[in-house]
Amino acid sequence: MRRLTARPERLAWLVVSALASVVFAVGCGGGDDDNGGEALSQIGEGEGELNLIAWAGYVEDGSTDPKVDWVSDFEKETGCKVNVKVGNTSDEMVQLMRTGQYDGVSASGDATLRLIEGGDVDPVNTDLVPNYEDVFDGLKEQPYNSVDGQMYGIPHGRGANLLMWNTDEVQPDPDSWSVVFDPQESSKYAGHVTAYDNPIYIADAGLYLMKHNPDLGITNPYELDEGQLDAAVDLLKDQNANIGEYWADYTKEISAFANGDTLVGTTWPYQYLTLQADGEPVGQTIPEEGSTGWSDTWMISSEAEHPNCMYLWFNHILEPQVQADVAEWFGEAPANSVACEPKYLKNGPFPDVNHCEKYDAAGEEYLDDLFYWTTPVSDCGDDRGDVCTTYDDWVQAWTEVKG
Amino acid sequence: MGRRLAGLFHGRPGLQVGGLLAGPVGWLVVGYLGSLAILLLTSFWTLGELSGEIEKTYNPANFSLDNFKQIAEEPVYRSIAGRTILIAALVTVTDAILAFPIAFYMAKVASPRTRSVLVVSVLLPLWSGYLVKVYTWRTIMSGGGVLSWAGVGAPTDDMVRVWLVMTYLWLPYMIIPIYAGLERISDSLLSASEDLGGHPRTTFRRVIVPLVFPAVVAGSIFTFSLTLGDFITPLLVSKTQFIGNVVYSNFSNDLPLAAAFSTVPVVVMVVYLLVARRLGAFEHL
Repeated sequence: MRRLTARPERLAWLVVSALASVVFAVGCGGGDDDNGGEALSQIGEGEGELNLIAWAGYVEDGSTDPKVDWVSDFEKETGCKVNVKVGNTSDEMVQLMRTGQYDGVSASGDATLRLIEGGDVDPVNTDLVPNYEDVFDGLKEQPYNSVDGQMYGIPHGRGANLLMWNTDEVQPDPDSWSVVFDPQESSKYAGHVTAYDNPIYIADAGLYLMKHNPDLGITNPYELDEGQLDAAVDLLKDQNANIGEYWADYTKEISAFANGDTLVGTTWPYQYLTLQADGEPVGQTIPEEGSTGWSDTWMISSEAEHPNCMYLWFNHILEPQVQADVAEWFGEAPANSVACEPKYLKNGPFPDVNHCEKYDAAGEEYLDDLFYWTTPVSDCGDDRGDVCTTYDDWVQAWTEVKG
Repeated sequence: MGRRLAGLFHGRPGLQVGGLLAGPVGWLVVGYLGSLAILLLTSFWTLGELSGEIEKTYNPANFSLDNFKQIAEEPVYRSIAGRTILIAALVTVTDAILAFPIAFYMAKVASPRTRSVLVVSVLLPLWSGYLVKVYTWRTIMSGGGVLSWAGVGAPTDDMVRVWLVMTYLWLPYMIIPIYAGLERISDSLLSASEDLGGHPRTTFRRVIVPLVFPAVVAGSIFTFSLTLGDFITPLLVSKTQFIGNVVYSNFSNDLPLAAAFSTVPVVVMVVYLLVARRLGAFEHL
């Protein structure tokens, strides 16, 4: 023992050299940034397991509500045991996908491009997904789910971010986002307003300014130049004074509305439907300014360990009955047009044969006018050129909004 | 084979000790120092615009001090860092003030039976889940919560809410070292002070406080560092953000920036530990 302690410098060298080799190994690893690999050409046997990242309510195995289950059948038929990790934000989903431990993800438009660009997902051979044929044309080969006509996923469904309020406390029923953005109106509910805790929420402020402050010249809330972003940030900073709490975890919003701490703010239909089913006094609308929304795509990881199971899942999640179930359970428009037939809608968790009209599944009323989540980039997409703010700027701006 | 292995180690104490320590030391180096080194390394990288992925190619444009510059120059990061250090200090001082009388009663006044009951009650909250405790506070302080029923009214100020919850959460970590420190003080010292005509207040000030101070500093290491790193409590009971929240939200958006900001609490804690060592706290851990 004495000998060892007499040579501490030798031990120190050992530590340093071990450290250096670790850093070297990590620093040089994982440098494959190519744009994904090849799409599968045929589906083989299921691999027995499937690891998914999904939005809340997208993969239900009966544990939330015994009647709401479209996973057990799939597991029985294919032998693919489904493990699901719920993501709260697109950022979280991208991060999780990059661990390489998941086979697939239900990605929104602000995650899809990041995943494609990062080479984290593979193109999808839609010929191997029979139900793909019945998907609404408005969802096929869109800028957020394909590159040069090559699909990078399977459409899942789409919908709008809603304005939700407590009907006991907020009267009359609001029909404009000004109830959360106009300082005078929202100060009535000071300390009880909520907002989505993510940089992408800046687009909601952008949309409000687009309608209420035309001088700014905003045409698309995801294409904001510096001046426009500053205006949106100012609006959100004013809003911050009236915010009680932000939510990113949907359960947090449900509990805040249920105990009356939050009275008004943005929501996904899922929280509204859950609160309503629990008998809470809540109302919802797509305000007159329109809204932001999401159009989701199931994508397959380029490092998927269970690609066959993932392709089987692609087809399963597009089954008309599953589509009807998911659409009613989450409160969104299904991607599969066949799901709109009454025989499927009648069997869903919230049976309503008018579901597809209500949610405008065909995109005839308002669905095509929504501003779907997408990643802001410097190219404005119009004659302004490369002067728009990037998602990086938005992340920084969001930190400033919260102070 | 086994015999040959035994022969190899025979008469070589260096190899014996080395073999014994290889596991723990390796874990320390790879698990702790290694991840710290990678953290530091990451903070120099930049992100690709669309993919939001780290550009790992080693050209000067991607490898710079930009993230640190951003943290130093944007006032928002400074105010967040200041707020975090302030709350950590407030929680530590409050915990010390609350913990001292409890620990003193436990160590010097209570009967052995009461003492063991008290020790168990102090430790018991540590057995329940952290999230359960924070969610409980969320309910206590909500509009329809206990505080409103009692007519006190729930605090609405974010700093007050976080301060209350953190003070509760980390109190046991302060009580236990102080209790141990007080137990070490022999009763004969207190008697001696009394015999020499020392007023109880003098005994407290000149005998107890100097002897137990290192233990308080030891406890403060826990309360201070735990508060400094926490991000779930602020997320659940307030709308404000601390260093941990910025790291957490940038972890998925801008890892290099998150890494750069993480170095702030690391530096603060290194300074804190150096001071604590000077004050003799390490003998009381």
